Amino acid sequence: MGWNKKVLRVNLTAGTCIPEPLNMEWANDYLGSRGLASKYLVEEIDPKVDALSADNKMIMSTGPLTGTMASTGGRYTVVTKSPLTGAIACSNSGGYFGAEMKFAGWDMIIFEGKSPKPVYLYLENDKAELRDATHLWGKTCWETEETIKATHQDPLIRISSIGGAGENGVLYAAIVNDLHRAAGRSGVGTVMGSKNLKAVAIRGTQGVSGIKDFPAFLAAANAGKKVLADNAVTGQGLPKYGTQVLMNVINEMGALPTRNHRDVQFEEAGKISGEAMHEKRPTDGKTHLVTNAACFGCTIACGRISRIDESHFSVKNSPKYWGASGGLEYEAAWALGAANGVGDLEALQYANLLCNEHGMDPISFGATVGAAMELYDLGILSKEQIGLDASFGSAEALCKLVEMTAHGEGFGKELGMGSGRLCAKYGRPELSMSVKNQEFPAYDSRGIQGMGLAYATSNRGACHLRGYTVASEVLGIPVKTDPLVTEGKADLVKAFQDATGVFDAAGICIFTSFAWTLADVQPQIQAACEGDWSMDKLNLVGERIWNMERQFNLAAGLTARDDDLPPRLKTEPAKTGPAKGLVNGLDKMKPEYYKVRGWTPEGVPEKATLERLGL
Amino acid sequence: MQKSLHIDPAKCTGCLQCEMACSYEHTGYINPSKSRIKVFNFEHEGRKVPYTCTQCADAWCMNACPVDAIVIDSATGAKVVREATCVGCKVCTIACPFGTVNYMADVGKVQKCDLCGGDPKCVSACPTAAITYVDADWTGLDRMRAWAAKANTATVAA
Repeated sequence: MGWNKKVLRVNLTAGTCIPEPLNMEWANDYLGSRGLASKYLVEEIDPKVDALSADNKMIMSTGPLTGTMASTGGRYTVVTKSPLTGAIACSNSGGYFGAEMKFAGWDMIIFEGKSPKPVYLYLENDKAELRDATHLWGKTCWETEETIKATHQDPLIRISSIGGAGENGVLYAAIVNDLHRAAGRSGVGTVMGSKNLKAVAIRGTQGVSGIKDFPAFLAAANAGKKVLADNAVTGQGLPKYGTQVLMNVINEMGALPTRNHRDVQFEEAGKISGEAMHEKRPTDGKTHLVTNAACFGCTIACGRISRIDESHFSVKNSPKYWGASGGLEYEAAWALGAANGVGDLEALQYANLLCNEHGMDPISFGATVGAAMELYDLGILSKEQIGLDASFGSAEALCKLVEMTAHGEGFGKELGMGSGRLCAKYGRPELSMSVKNQEFPAYDSRGIQGMGLAYATSNRGACHLRGYTVASEVLGIPVKTDPLVTEGKADLVKAFQDATGVFDAAGICIFTSFAWTLADVQPQIQAACEGDWSMDKLNLVGERIWNMERQFNLAAGLTARDDDLPPRLKTEPAKTGPAKGLVNGLDKMKPEYYKVRGWTPEGVPEKATLERLGL
Repeated sequence: MQKSLHIDPAKCTGCLQCEMACSYEHTGYINPSKSRIKVFNFEHEGRKVPYTCTQCADAWCMNACPVDAIVIDSATGAKVVREATCVGCKVCTIACPFGTVNYMADVGKVQKCDLCGGDPKCVSACPTAAITYVDADWTGLDRMRAWAAKANTATVAA
């Protein structure tokens, strides 16, 4: 229980929607969501498959806590092979869509093949049908939601869709649900677009009945909520400032990557911070931030809902952007801002709105702009090639480039390849600030050493959500470690990576882990799911998920050489701040990490490790 | 003391814990589509608003019911649907000016907020106190206090 025990298999080539029972043996080994969907993917596709071919599959999955009163229990995960990295892609999202899938009676939807024409999947509880989406192709994520709700005369439908980025092959296209929540990274939206699948629209009215022990579950969920409410980060910092609470903190740490990681501190960080979003603008006397907002079931409510300055150059002639909408979160504010040296909060929100509207990962987009700006600064790219003056710090360039990328126009097509392919094309691959071709998020690993190892070894390419040692190295959660040293980081990274797998597989938000340890989650899983879910078992599940993903990547052709950082982070010391003079010590940490993992020096899981994990 | 649900939309984050708690109380499982309180999201204004029955004193639904299926719970003042009596004619859903009585097609009855017999589960589930259960005669107390706090009186008499 906890699961609906039902999977929908959608064959887009044949146009069929066929229910099948959930493999409960796998559910017992992988829990749900990220873990379980990855198990299905690994079993069903050739790891060497072309990610954009009909032979790739895309799985949307809930976890056993999705759609329940467990705080933040509203998440769903999209798992597929990534066209950006060539590794396993696994992106999760909040909003309300995941819970709706559960309420419609499904744990998971497997998409296979490729539709001959644009379609969307419409699910009304047990009823599943593929509908023509020719009229939706070319529409934005926002227009798609509105049109589908109008077509079905049902405002309560929840929708996930792709925009122009996913249709046009931008390699970091996102899948956007509920207007501004996204399965953002690794190009999951690109895969969806390659299958001619425009949207998934769900109305579920069956609810969640399969909780093993409801009274025990409510008691455990309530205990968890109290821990979140009483914690300074989840109870105060995140509701008030959102993830943007970090902008000034990380800048002071000397770990805010700036101008394509040339610098580690941004002189205008204060202007794009969470605090700045609370300040009244001189132009209209209003604050940028309108309110905070929660995803389904979330008692933290870190989401930012903001209103852009109507007089800003980016929107003064575009009233459709004047309403309140999602943003800015820390990652987007950093990638669109500090990574490009842009300190104009309104311009960042404009770029962020377009990423939501057209379905693009703002991290990879923003960081790719940063790489292009460096190529421009070095004279490798000219004004004629880009079509504008792309100097670091230019808000005008940022706003124009986001439009060009979203619409697939001019140089925007090249930005849509991501920084790895862009920099390689112009002969300077080392200038791409990425791992496995996926761009870094908002923490410079010269100032937070453990993150260098977490990035290098992340199974989906550079990512902060696969092992967030920032919690320990900066915030002291669960214990404070020194961010400037490499000692002990191999163990720390492994612990974070494995625990994160369990949070993700359960269907809850990783932000709970600012306050929760696995010991807070375990009673909720235990009460919701049939079987025994001890701490030992959960720890094993997390480690099993990690090693399974690793094996997929190795079979896909990735090697230990791909567990690396760009030379800049290993050879160019931080110029300012507490980490001044430091580079990242990856080469010291990596062999330790492989050993801690029970992997060979070549990064391959040992036979004994696989046997211990039942792989 | 009679109490009333008191809703402050400014505090609502849209988490839907109230809808889950309401549906669990009344159906035994988690199903927001069966909730008697609904949270509305006014996306472009950045506002979320929980909405449910106000328990009218002279209740339109109760007056309209042809079979007297809606009765007053004397302990709470709630207008409660007696499911055994309800024939599903839906006249109450038309009579209610606020739309807070709704038909359930699967059981052929109507449903509305019954204040959970005096312990409203939406209240205990709300993480931000956007929904509270207060003295029915003093629903304006918080607002009065807020205005009172602005009164600029000297703290020491001359």
